[in-house]
Amino acid sequence: MKNNTEKLVTKSHIRNRTIFSFSVLALFSVFIFFGWRWLHNQPDDNGTPKPVRNVLNFDESVFGNFLSNDHLAKTFPVSAAVKNVRVNGSEGMSDDFDPASWKLKVARKPGDTLLITLDEIKKLPKTEIIFDFKCIEGWSQVTHWGGVKFSDFAKKYGLDDQTAMKYMGLITPDAGYYVGIDMPSVMHPQTLLCYEMNGKPLPMNQGAPLRLIIPVKYGIKHLKRIGTMFFSNERPPDYWYERGYDYFSGL
Amino acid sequence: MANKKIVQKHPLAIRWFHWINFPVLAIMVWSGVLIYWSNDVYRVGWGDKTILKFFPDSFYKAFHIPFRLAEGMSLHFMFMWFFAINGLLYILFLVFSGEWRLIVPNKNSFKESWQVILHDMHLRRALPLQKKYNAAQRIAYTGVIIMGIGSLLTGLAIYKPVQFHILCAMLGGYEWARVEHFILTILFTLFFLVHVIQVIIAGWNNFRGMVAGFEVIPETKTVITEHTETSSDTVKTNPDEK
Repeated sequence: MKNNTEKLVTKSHIRNRTIFSFSVLALFSVFIFFGWRWLHNQPDDNGTPKPVRNVLNFDESVFGNFLSNDHLAKTFPVSAAVKNVRVNGSEGMSDDFDPASWKLKVARKPGDTLLITLDEIKKLPKTEIIFDFKCIEGWSQVTHWGGVKFSDFAKKYGLDDQTAMKYMGLITPDAGYYVGIDMPSVMHPQTLLCYEMNGKPLPMNQGAPLRLIIPVKYGIKHLKRIGTMFFSNERPPDYWYERGYDYFSGL
Repeated sequence: MANKKIVQKHPLAIRWFHWINFPVLAIMVWSGVLIYWSNDVYRVGWGDKTILKFFPDSFYKAFHIPFRLAEGMSLHFMFMWFFAINGLLYILFLVFSGEWRLIVPNKNSFKESWQVILHDMHLRRALPLQKKYNAAQRIAYTGVIIMGIGSLLTGLAIYKPVQFHILCAMLGGYEWARVEHFILTILFTLFFLVHVIQVIIAGWNNFRGMVAGFEVIPETKTVITEHTETSSDTVKTNPDEK
């Protein structure tokens, strides 16, 4: 240690160095205090101060790059799946819904909307997944879902132009809940349009007739009771994003 | 009479790393509690018996914690960069300056740390010979660096469990990584409490060392300069040293 030698100095030297260093520490504290206040007084961007939102978007640009179709969420045997699947949130699940007359609306282009029945969707190859469903609140549950891979669905309905865009948006029939998801996550091999849970038809409170299961995202993105599907190069509106959460919310 | 002997104790870089880390870690712990509230399942106890719930409702109420998950997450995922980069630079500095030799426990540290504890409890008069840090400090400060690395890794495993699936699996899976991240946070706050108490006991000269960098050598104390590992290492018998 080169600075470890003793020095003989005057008392005033000690006093001056002490005063200087503590002044720097005091200035630093003032900087932290006002910096913290400044941060919280910045203009709001979807429920969070603008600079914080910018960092969340930066985080997406960093960690989104790690996202790869080779990175699969861990899967489990059927026996690991819980029987009592937690129901969390009922936004967009209003009572005046008639599942019998439901059809999935796929907005391919403005004025060009496909209407698809559940029976047609069930004719596509079925994929099942048992994975650890993760809620943004911090809990997780191993759950068992069945449906059609989104990528199979897109191929069958010729959505090549649509899936070349940056985002997919989903809206419940009552427009009470809505999510936007980046296309790499939508096209991830574990992303399902889901109509079964534990080998039985999806219960109403779990989003019947059709919900999204997207293991690379927190539960907030697994929209229940899909009404309309659309595609965009801009971020589609997102319910929890507007309430201060990260848009990406990827795992 | 007007002259005093001083010795350089903490390099400028280490002092900056230390004082930057203090508010950053405080923000990380605070925002972490805001996140933890929305699934506050941890407790100390067995069966139906709970000795300590993390955290009691009175604690949440006192600090206005409930329903601030979004705020907690966004602050956590902003200030994680400051925590990680500051910590990484600190470790690089320790390595490349050689300061690590003063902080990493050596072969005597584990034996000597008992003597230090006995000394601190006023059960033993003399401290073992030491350099910048005594044996207990070496263990504590190296431990806290490992804890920081642990917080970073367990944090990454919870934050992106699919993308860092190997890391997540190595830590025992998603749920365990969250438990470990939480325990590390509790340990950080306990470290903080003990650290502050020890600094208060050690006194002004020691505290000034972490701000101004130097320490005044008390005139009454014997100072032996030995030439051991590196040519100019100073070995002192200064019981006030913390």
